[in-house]
Amino acid sequence: MAAWRALRSIAGAPSRARLGGRVVQRIAPYRSPLLVLLLFLLYPLVDHNAGHVNAAADAAVYVLLALGLNIVVGFAGLLDLGYAAFFAIGSYTYAFAASPFYGLHLPFWPMLLVAAIIAGVFGALLGAPTLRLRGDYLAIVTLGFGEIVPTVFLNLQKYTGGTNGIVGIDQPVLFGYHFGFNPVPYYYTLLGIIMLSVVAVLRLRDSRLGRAWLAVREDEIAAASMGINLTTTKLLAFSFGAFFSGFAGALYVAKLGIVSPDQFNFTVSFTILAMVVLGGMGSVFGVIAGAGILYEFQTLFLTDLTQWSHSLGAALHLPLLTRLNFVNLKFLLYGLGLIALMLLRPEGLFPERRIKAIITERVSEEIPPGDVTEVAGVAGSAPAAEGTPPREYAREE
Amino acid sequence: MTSLVVDGVHAFYGHIHALHGVSITVQPGEIVTLIGANGAGKSTTLKTIAGFLRPRPGRILLEGKPIAGLPPHEITRRGVCLVPEGRRIFPRMTVLENLEMGAFARGGRREIQDDLDRVCRLFPRLGERLGQTAGTLSGGEQQMLAIGRALMSRPRILLLDEPSMGLAPVLVELIFRTIQEINAQGVTILLVEQNALMALGVARRGYVLETGRVVLTDVAERLRENDLVRKSYLGEL
Repeated sequence: MAAWRALRSIAGAPSRARLGGRVVQRIAPYRSPLLVLLLFLLYPLVDHNAGHVNAAADAAVYVLLALGLNIVVGFAGLLDLGYAAFFAIGSYTYAFAASPFYGLHLPFWPMLLVAAIIAGVFGALLGAPTLRLRGDYLAIVTLGFGEIVPTVFLNLQKYTGGTNGIVGIDQPVLFGYHFGFNPVPYYYTLLGIIMLSVVAVLRLRDSRLGRAWLAVREDEIAAASMGINLTTTKLLAFSFGAFFSGFAGALYVAKLGIVSPDQFNFTVSFTILAMVVLGGMGSVFGVIAGAGILYEFQTLFLTDLTQWSHSLGAALHLPLLTRLNFVNLKFLLYGLGLIALMLLRPEGLFPERRIKAIITERVSEEIPPGDVTEVAGVAGSAPAAEGTPPREYAREE
Repeated sequence: MTSLVVDGVHAFYGHIHALHGVSITVQPGEIVTLIGANGAGKSTTLKTIAGFLRPRPGRILLEGKPIAGLPPHEITRRGVCLVPEGRRIFPRMTVLENLEMGAFARGGRREIQDDLDRVCRLFPRLGERLGQTAGTLSGGEQQMLAIGRALMSRPRILLLDEPSMGLAPVLVELIFRTIQEINAQGVTILLVEQNALMALGVARRGYVLETGRVVLTDVAERLRENDLVRKSYLGEL
């Protein structure tokens, strides 16, 4: 029921309404995102460096992943440390369906949707055992799933190609145009899918289901007392979250032409989570920015930085600088960055309105900390009586 | 018909046996209170009625129909709303959004607006702060919001868990006056309180719980006269 309502609310476009004027009215509040979109549309026309466009297309894959994970972590407040599992499932779905491995060559575009749906189904399947878990317990179980899924793809050698993975994955064709290895068509495809995804995600957020996610994030006991079905609400969060990783997976392997289990290890889950946290959990435009910034940082900036440091070292005769490789220090830098973020701006770079509101209101009204109920890890501590729910409050069987 | 029957209910936290065959009845329109020391099983009884714990074994009947074993949201949808201990408002939603969440399980925009007006009349302080983020309310205001939010679900039975907890005496008085007012509007109330004196002041009947068992039950006036109650819960020597 809830799923149907959610789907309807996404699809509920103003079909009967007079378009034109209404469209202008409705997009008016989105002026700045649309402007940014325009810049991204023009980008490949300005930057002819194929490497840069390629990096941008790969960044776009991560933007999709961050959008999906944000539903689980940001909207519903379910900490998922194994999100790469769904990325893997989406990727392998397309690889199975369109490569010489099984001799299947199904067309890309319908498979894009199929991959997303299959990832979504697995989202619900892997979410089901975690329903009664919260916080750190949930995180550990999802971490386990994140490890299990690539390991399964690794060890079912007969069916998945094992370590070697699957090669020669079909590249998309659109109206006779072969995408090939040119990053530009992938870039535009991803941009289009991100646009659709953003619209879908925003509509989901503002739907009844989105409100239920928010309530679950804030307080599960209270949410259940308001008549919210925790089971379906959480399962739909896992499922919709995984859905977008299916898009990302299919596009990613179609572009790369190869899939293997080592592309989905824990660092991928961690990187996506870091993107969500950096951008601001729950904030749709925040996580897009977070994903873009972090990806470009690790692929372009760190490479450039390494080169600069080498040239500088050579010029100054400092052997230390010539030996530095910042790309290898990526996770050290991530770690330091996350520590700095938590100390200086725990709400993320572009925080969600609600999180911003509670921080600014608290400062402006000088409310004694004892009067503020739990604001999970965002705005200081809560009095013991009102803190995290005692574990025994969970439903017992 | 009896509003609520709790019949021989046992409940467990893991292996800890928390309720040993608790039986309670609530008649329509009553305020019934459960009093007792810390750990006596008062909150556990409410949690079990609200579906957060499963009675093993035991029966719970809502207007004659069994509700034991249903998940919490189903029980809410049947007209039993829990105002949990420690208020548990949604801190990052506004006051208005919190109240709207209360009406989540039911439709009807007009009725919801009517109920909003009613809650704002009951708690004018909430009406003035509809746009404020709920986490920034004071403790008393948060308790009002928790009660108001529960009323938005149009409960037939309201389960109140320690509404006076951590509130200044003047606010405790206000909350208890409001509880009576809500009851006068036709809502049956099952009230768990450590503040036995106040609770017995508003309730018609009361149950005294000790280590997961009902040890005493009577109409409120007589409980207040009872030696055991006076010694143990009203702090008299």
